[in-house]
Amino acid sequence: MDFFARSGIHPPESKHTEHAELKVLERFPLIRIPLQQQIGPGTKACVKRGDEVYVGQIIGEPIADMSVPIHSSVSGKVERIVTEIQHTGRPMSLVEIKNDFKYNPLPELAPPEVFDKESFVAAVRASGLVGLGGAGFPTHFKLNPPPDKQIDLLLINGMECEPYITSDDLQMREYGAEILAGVEQVLKWLEIPQAIIGVEHNSPSGNQNLKQLIQESNIADKVKLVTQRARYPLGAEKMLIYKLTGRVVPEGGLPHDVGCLVLNVGTCRMIQQYLSTGMPLVRKIVTLDGEAVRRPGNYEIPIGAPIQDLVDLSGGFQKNAAKIIMGGPMMGVAVSDLQDPIIKNNNAILLFSAEQAAIPDESACILCGRCTRSCPMGLVPTALDQAARKENTAKLERFYIMDCIECGCCTYVCPAKRFLVQNIRVGKQLVRQERSRQAALKKEEA
Amino acid sequence: MLKVSASPHIRDNSSSTKIMGDVLIALLPALLFAYYVFGLRAVILSLVTVLSSVFFEWSGNRLMRRPQTIQDLSAAVTGLLLAFNFPPSLPLWMAVLGSFVAIIGSKLIFGGMGHNITNPALTARVFLLICFPQEMTDFSILARHLGQAGDYDLVSSATALGKLRENSEMSSLKQLFFGLQAGCIGEVSAALLLLGAAYLLIKQVIDPWTPLAFIGSTMLIVWIAGQNPLFHLLSGGLILGAFYMATDYVTTPYSPKGKFFFGLGCGIITALIRLYGATPEGVSYSILVMNILTPHLNNICREKPLSHHLSKQEVAHG
Repeated sequence: MDFFARSGIHPPESKHTEHAELKVLERFPLIRIPLQQQIGPGTKACVKRGDEVYVGQIIGEPIADMSVPIHSSVSGKVERIVTEIQHTGRPMSLVEIKNDFKYNPLPELAPPEVFDKESFVAAVRASGLVGLGGAGFPTHFKLNPPPDKQIDLLLINGMECEPYITSDDLQMREYGAEILAGVEQVLKWLEIPQAIIGVEHNSPSGNQNLKQLIQESNIADKVKLVTQRARYPLGAEKMLIYKLTGRVVPEGGLPHDVGCLVLNVGTCRMIQQYLSTGMPLVRKIVTLDGEAVRRPGNYEIPIGAPIQDLVDLSGGFQKNAAKIIMGGPMMGVAVSDLQDPIIKNNNAILLFSAEQAAIPDESACILCGRCTRSCPMGLVPTALDQAARKENTAKLERFYIMDCIECGCCTYVCPAKRFLVQNIRVGKQLVRQERSRQAALKKEEA
Repeated sequence: MLKVSASPHIRDNSSSTKIMGDVLIALLPALLFAYYVFGLRAVILSLVTVLSSVFFEWSGNRLMRRPQTIQDLSAAVTGLLLAFNFPPSLPLWMAVLGSFVAIIGSKLIFGGMGHNITNPALTARVFLLICFPQEMTDFSILARHLGQAGDYDLVSSATALGKLRENSEMSSLKQLFFGLQAGCIGEVSAALLLLGAAYLLIKQVIDPWTPLAFIGSTMLIVWIAGQNPLFHLLSGGLILGAFYMATDYVTTPYSPKGKFFFGLGCGIITALIRLYGATPEGVSYSILVMNILTPHLNNICREKPLSHHLSKQEVAHG
């Protein structure tokens, strides 16, 4: 019996925006671009107050191999560079640019010259790409695995399994050709023999469009579209790999450990756009939804647009917003300030009304086992929750806490409304501390 | 002011109260039938047991300065299940004592909801069975169902399993299935208990693994021993125990595999007691013994996480 076949959840899809036309919003008076928009080290400012900048001009220079540059998304004048506590909980520098509404591109922008793998990876890095599915892992790093890892399969993630979000679906429907062209580029330059595009059954028009485009394309023999019944968290990388290939990513491992490269559909589209125009990642399509929004929909906006302005330009508030979520309702981050900007790896902004944002009271665990059944990783969330509360790191390790992908299924289904994944996060931190303490002790001994 | 909390930001609409409410709904048909078989006395006894259980939970929480938990209905479920294990003629004060043992003695002093080791209702039942063996096994039925004079008086009558022991006249399977027989308040009608169990299975409140393994192994063993498995299925507390007591979340394993082995253990012990034990019925004891083994079953039956499974050899073709 495949124990993992029935794991996960299927919350109400709430995809109210699935038929909405894409709207472009540009009248943002002030753009606030954070200098850290990815996993790993970010960038340092290379502009100063008063500088004139163009669309596509680098304003944040990488500080490490893993970092990618950050570009201005508007043309105008740098107002100031401020440091603020952002939703990550850490202080972060933001470049504030006064928009001149002309959107003048940097004159020297030109399509990059790509002739081999190195130049391709360098181009992807120069485009400022990070994984657009939500995690923000730098794409050039994924494209360049250690030499001992052989990639034999490209997986394209079109499984938009979080409720509300429809921005990937929209791109599959409207920009399928660009997505496929991006896939072709990746296959070509990385010399990967085949690709699978994974999609959920509940985005039929997008799927149909992609299927037809694949048949018409010249990579029809290499690319396959696989439809799966919608279930959260199918789009989580390790789940996606397991469901589409049966391969299991080991604990603490990455997709390249099992020969896979996983890219989001939006990431593929962006690769193609950069290679054909030279315009780096400066715009993003986000789904705006939630009971507090008057006009839910998909909006294309310059990166760095403050949430407040996005809502105002889209049609304003319908109700008071009690909670603002960057990303989906299952894994998104609640932000504390409407002035916080939209960043590269955001694909949704949800404004919850007071009723939607209500947090239920916690009661005692009744050991019903629903958390365990829902866990896509095969863990025992309630045991992890209790061990984390007791700070029992030995038990946390024994119950494989570091395997948790924090998808939130356990918390979603818990009838006692316990804060399971929240405590598991605390537990992970305890285990990390304990591991580094042990490592330090060992070092001392040696 | 914006609310900031850790993800996930949505929850399903399940709750502990709803789960317990579903169990009460599932038990209701059997309770109504008890009124028909045993008369008003059975209903009064059930009501007293439920109310005293809720009272002990409320006062116990007050005394121990714990958050109040009567609203989750678990005390009411414990009370009703306990009453289902009583013969209809049990003195009311014994029922109240039973509620005390169930709620205070086997639940609250172990830490309350979610922390008890054994099933509270069964613990209290066995306690009363040891203290008052006479009253706890004085089974009766309304005189009218036996065609005797007295109409609405309770008259003593042996249970089906008791008759089997004494080799006296056997009850028919049909009689057992529909429940017109002497026995505990809630265990007489197999049909209505199965109806309630179907409701719980459909609502996914309980899993089928424990009852299947429990009932299956009991029937298999008594069949090997040369007795009628259907008779054993329909008599005594097997259906009540397998679907309503052995599926209690707190005191049984949480994984499907663990549930299966829990049911298997219960079935083997029940069959052995029924065949060779000193008492005709063994469902309560078997569940209590397996309750105590539950933490070990949980340890043994824990699934390996996905990352420790082997990759499937071939690329799946969607």
